[in-house]
Amino acid sequence: MFQLFFLLSSGLFLGWSLGANDAANIFGTAVGTKMIQFRTAAIVGSIFVVLGAVISGAGTTETLGKLGAVNALPGAFTVALAAALTVLWMTRLKLPVSTSQSIVGAIIGWNLYANLPTDYSSLTKIVTTWVLCPLLSALFAFLFFFIFRFGVSRMRCSIIRLDAYTRLALIVVGAFGAYSLGANNIANVMGVFVPISPFETTDILSFSFTSAQKLFLLGGLAIAAGIITYSHKVMETVGSNLYKLSPVAALVVVLASSAVLFLFASEGLEFWLASRGLPTFPLVPVSSSQAVVGAVIGIGLAKGGRNINFGVLGRISIGWVTTPITSGLLAYILLFVVQNLFLMPVYN
Amino acid sequence: MSILFGKAKNIEAEIEQFFDKISEAGLIFSAGIKDYLDGDLEQFHNRIKDINKQEGEADNLRREIRYYLYTKMLIPESRGDVLGLLETSDNVIDTTKTVLSHFDIETPTIPNSLNSEFLKLTESAVSALSSLVKANRAFFKNSNIIHDYIHKVHFHEHEADRIEEKLKKIIFRSEEIDSLAEKLQLRDFVTYISGLADDAEDVAERLSVYSIKRSI
Repeated sequence: MFQLFFLLSSGLFLGWSLGANDAANIFGTAVGTKMIQFRTAAIVGSIFVVLGAVISGAGTTETLGKLGAVNALPGAFTVALAAALTVLWMTRLKLPVSTSQSIVGAIIGWNLYANLPTDYSSLTKIVTTWVLCPLLSALFAFLFFFIFRFGVSRMRCSIIRLDAYTRLALIVVGAFGAYSLGANNIANVMGVFVPISPFETTDILSFSFTSAQKLFLLGGLAIAAGIITYSHKVMETVGSNLYKLSPVAALVVVLASSAVLFLFASEGLEFWLASRGLPTFPLVPVSSSQAVVGAVIGIGLAKGGRNINFGVLGRISIGWVTTPITSGLLAYILLFVVQNLFLMPVYN
Repeated sequence: MSILFGKAKNIEAEIEQFFDKISEAGLIFSAGIKDYLDGDLEQFHNRIKDINKQEGEADNLRREIRYYLYTKMLIPESRGDVLGLLETSDNVIDTTKTVLSHFDIETPTIPNSLNSEFLKLTESAVSALSSLVKANRAFFKNSNIIHDYIHKVHFHEHEADRIEEKLKKIIFRSEEIDSLAEKLQLRDFVTYISGLADDAEDVAERLSVYSIKRSI
């Protein structure tokens, strides 16, 4: 049991840092501008991130599994550890980083170490989605901005009442955002452990609680722990320093970025689109931070395109390359250490 | 959630009442000046009492609104603006009260020939004030008509300035008023009344900035 927990700990740590950092993408502006209390944000965020992970986490996990199915528990531990350390290190250096990009690099690192081929069609699909994510988010924010502005002018309600509605909407949209974050990003946290899940599937009445879902629950709880213990500080920074948005614009940003995360995570939506012969969205873990940056740019464009810092897009695209390479190299080195120093099999 | 909307309703009502007080103060002010010019001093003193009452009630409302906004954490991002707006709007009421009390204390002698110009000046100043009240209400209701009302405030303020200048020239050229002391005193009263329009314009200036800030 202890060994099991230890081997999962790197993934749980990754989950914790995800919760600590990425919850601010959802509730940052709302909490930073004091529109909602941190306590409300933490409770709603924790519950919905766990729900999203357990209910809708399978889609993106499958994609990561196709990229490379880590087949030994110590190997999965090392891959998640390499990803977590990369995130930690790059955050320290204030470089743009995302757990999604980090874990992909680490998995490829494992493929290389285990001398297994990397599925390039999956890799292409993943990288294309990373590029698509901020662009789509910008487009959504652009459209939502006009819809909301029209709606607000049509509602003709007083600023006091608009304030009350906005608070309510920030909580509802925040719940959706947390759900989408859990659904989309749980694969980063627990995905590598799924093929070798130490848990068994249990059937409760007609409902089946799969071994993967048990892992997702654990990972979701780790994310929730990150939200509760550490995200407050990050939210204050995001809300008051990074970008100045009106509460309604903040709502648009959260809605647009959450919608993108949801699109790239929902198997239900994929099935619905496919059954109508429509093109589907690839189920790929993306970066919520980059979705938010895209959405903020979308709002900037909707407002006439002045004062947009396009340099930030350049920084993001550099992250698409540097993060996976760093985590891939680190994974390779750590796998070597774990296998040869600690004498644990990192692949079968 | 009903608590949240209940609170919103409550504070909305108080803000509306606050603007009612300003509007009413404007009407009393105008009636008070007319009473003074007509020589009906008893009625004039009643107006002073009325305006003091409005001013006191407006102060209480403003305090309650401020308390609400800060303790219930409402509209955090524009709370400062809203309170600034209420404070400066309150100055307008204070001005109406102060001007009437100057009349009461100094009892200036105004020649009948100047009555109509004094009334015109008062009318312009009070029109600026009532347009301001409408602009304020439009701001809180998130309405686009706000700019029309702000425009009207500016218009009436210019009008008041024009009458002010004209009236002052008449006063200093008048042979009816012999002493310089009286001329200077009347000049001050013209400035006081016109000052009401200036106060209204100051609030309108703030309002136009806030309304730009509020657009999402």
